[in-house]
Amino acid sequence: MDKKLFDMKDLDIAWCPGCGNFAILTALKEALTELELKPEKLVMVSGIGQAAKAPHYFKCNFFNGLHGRSLPAAVAIKASNPQLTVIAESGDGCTYGEGGNHFVHTIRRNPDITHLVHNNMVYGLTKGQASPTSQHGFKTPVQTEGVFPESFNPLALAISLDASFVARAFAGDIEQTKHIIKKAVLHKGYALVDILQPCVTYNKLNTFKWFKENTANLEESHNPHDRMEAFRKATEGEKLPLGIFYLHPKPIFEEELVAYRENREPLYLRRPDLTKVVNIIDSKRGI
Amino acid sequence: MTKWNEDVSIVLCGEAGQGIQTVEHILTRTLKLSGYHVFSTQEVMSRIRGGSNSTLIRVSSRRVASFVDRIDLLIPFSPGAVKHLVNRISPETILLGEKKIYGNEYQGTRDIDVPLSEVALQVGSLIYSNTVAVGVLSGLLSVDPQILSDSLRTHFSGKEQETMNKNLEAAKRGYALGRDLLRNGKIHIEIQKTPDISNEIILDGNEALALGAVSGGCNFVPFYPMSPSTGVALFLAQHAKELGILVEQAEDEISAINMVIGAWYAGARAMASTSGGGFALMAEGLSLAGMVESPAVIHIGQRPAPATGLPTRTEQGDLLFALYAGHGEFPRVIFAPGTIEDAFTLTQRAFNLADKYQIPVFLLTDQYLLESHYNFPALDPSLIKLENHFVKTDPEYKRYLFTESVISPRGIPGFGEGLVVLDSDEHDEEGHITENLDIRTKMVDKRLRKLDQLQGEIIPPELVGPQKYETLVIAWGSNYHVVIEAMHKLGKEGVAFLHFNQVYPLHPETVSYLQRAQTTVLIENNATAQFGQVIELQTGCKLDKKILKYNGAPFSVEEIERSLKSFLN
Repeated sequence: MDKKLFDMKDLDIAWCPGCGNFAILTALKEALTELELKPEKLVMVSGIGQAAKAPHYFKCNFFNGLHGRSLPAAVAIKASNPQLTVIAESGDGCTYGEGGNHFVHTIRRNPDITHLVHNNMVYGLTKGQASPTSQHGFKTPVQTEGVFPESFNPLALAISLDASFVARAFAGDIEQTKHIIKKAVLHKGYALVDILQPCVTYNKLNTFKWFKENTANLEESHNPHDRMEAFRKATEGEKLPLGIFYLHPKPIFEEELVAYRENREPLYLRRPDLTKVVNIIDSKRGI
Repeated sequence: MTKWNEDVSIVLCGEAGQGIQTVEHILTRTLKLSGYHVFSTQEVMSRIRGGSNSTLIRVSSRRVASFVDRIDLLIPFSPGAVKHLVNRISPETILLGEKKIYGNEYQGTRDIDVPLSEVALQVGSLIYSNTVAVGVLSGLLSVDPQILSDSLRTHFSGKEQETMNKNLEAAKRGYALGRDLLRNGKIHIEIQKTPDISNEIILDGNEALALGAVSGGCNFVPFYPMSPSTGVALFLAQHAKELGILVEQAEDEISAINMVIGAWYAGARAMASTSGGGFALMAEGLSLAGMVESPAVIHIGQRPAPATGLPTRTEQGDLLFALYAGHGEFPRVIFAPGTIEDAFTLTQRAFNLADKYQIPVFLLTDQYLLESHYNFPALDPSLIKLENHFVKTDPEYKRYLFTESVISPRGIPGFGEGLVVLDSDEHDEEGHITENLDIRTKMVDKRLRKLDQLQGEIIPPELVGPQKYETLVIAWGSNYHVVIEAMHKLGKEGVAFLHFNQVYPLHPETVSYLQRAQTTVLIENNATAQFGQVIELQTGCKLDKKILKYNGAPFSVEEIERSLKSFLN
């Protein structure tokens, strides 16, 4: 195991000192290393925001696309070449705000991808507006009276959509985050990991200390195959539980596609069978 | 009594859900199998039941491929049918059917009572009225009864025996009625058949475009349904298993275009197929393709807009939108197939071009082209060789390497030892985000210079008519056949027609074609002469006269003939 396999030299990282993103990057790189994945077989897909820059900071193939649009690209990449390991990674605004519709429908599709969401409950790169996960009452230069809308609950939504793997981690616990990411990558099917992290510049409410005090690991006894229990854990309680909430192995999008029914080759290796095309054309000679 | 011996124009009109399209399908194929040239096109309302929809079927001794206003025989299936078509009904039009169905408001002198519904009821139900009509028209056109019954057997092959038998009976009785009309001299149709064409193909634009796509190696089609382009994805979905391709209904067009770009990144050949409104949602994704130098093939089936517009009708109103969509500056190519055959060939070609230059290539069609059918000899997918332009990467691979040709070899992840890095931010040669302003300038130049590189591949416009002309008629896209037929009818000397299959960038010869004319006449299915604007911008040449139509209907041969005549006299 080469611990430096994913390392890059001469990095100019655009994150603020002390940002939770550093810990997530460390956890991710360690997870990938321990899983013995190769950078050239890995595709990271991200959107826009500070979290979405993560793929720039380690060795991998990556598609750093548009704000909110990482999931459609990730689904297409996985479907075009199921042999690739595909991980979508972006922030809470990108994923749950701009990309909300894709989030819902990607869960429904259940492609075999991992989805890491850096959740700091604020927009960082645009300098401190509320995000969908900002807490009710959170004051910003825009939400001057405090955030009014209900805070978005990604775990409850994912469980309600019967997502295949639903977990929450906290960037302050690199070991646990790494452990959950590894499970998520190994999981066959869509795997959501919502990762709580402090924004040291724009979120003075949900600080490192706040997360420490307001999170707690799921009990050992938690049964991740019990959907109702998982939903309860995602919606109840004073503290935000950490761990794997819900597991439901089920058929995978790309494996169900008729394109792979008789031929497992990725699309880039395929050439059109012109005899079949001609047969279809010829069928237009009759009724 | 009118005698039709070259070309007869039949219109069927009824409510949505009455099966007009079934009649169109069976009849056009049966007539072609009998040796007639056929053309059909439909105008339908955006609803599932009711209203008034009509289908034009032209039957001819020569090739036909354009819309005419003229109605020789009208079969009204509903009370609203005659009113719906009143502007196209002339004193020469014969109404075939039952006054109790279509009412008395039209005081035609040449109506012929044909008991379509009575016969249908005798067979068992009113639902067989359509098939009775198929029989009547087949009888009037002297179709071999064996060909007719074979057609029906094939068409209803999946149905229950009783349904099949009743349809056969309905057609047989209708056929006898048609023969009677001929025999007693009420209608006289004697159109030359060409047995050689019975084996030709009949396709609509949607099918031709879809077949062109798969011939061009298209293997990923993410789409969101939208008239009039849904037919492309529908056709491909039905053949997906057999062809080993992937057709996915996306949650929205934003997802669809991002899937297209993701798929190309991973080595697939993907196409987005939508209409103007759907493409509006794709504008951001288009710009992404421009920035990351992704190939993309985008089909826009135009319909009247703004907004929802007239969902099921036709227009050429999105040319400037396709040309200018997407924030920022990046190159693109826009094809506008003039014929169903072109829809096939240009779509196939679009995939090679998009791949070679790593740019978006558009196919701009419209409802009229997509939903019209006619017969023609063949489509040959082997004429254009499939080109794959991606490369196997080495460990030093850089996705945006500056090269002399400005095209950086396109790697794909998992093929080779290199890393393929792509960023919607401005990026360096590796693909990593940069704010180095010198690199920015070089990257913009690199992207834009691809337009110079592809100059040699621009499709020249086609000149129809004499090389020496005084008047040059100009059109693009689906107006190809209608202009040619109108000019043929007009029979004026010194008039030529210049048709564009590629509307951007324009072929350099365009200027000399324009300069050789004393007068230029532009024909477009929109209100603001969008192609005229492109011509003026690209060539500096002003066009003299314009014939524009934007009511949602396609141009008819008569309309163009009339307008050209008024300009030429």
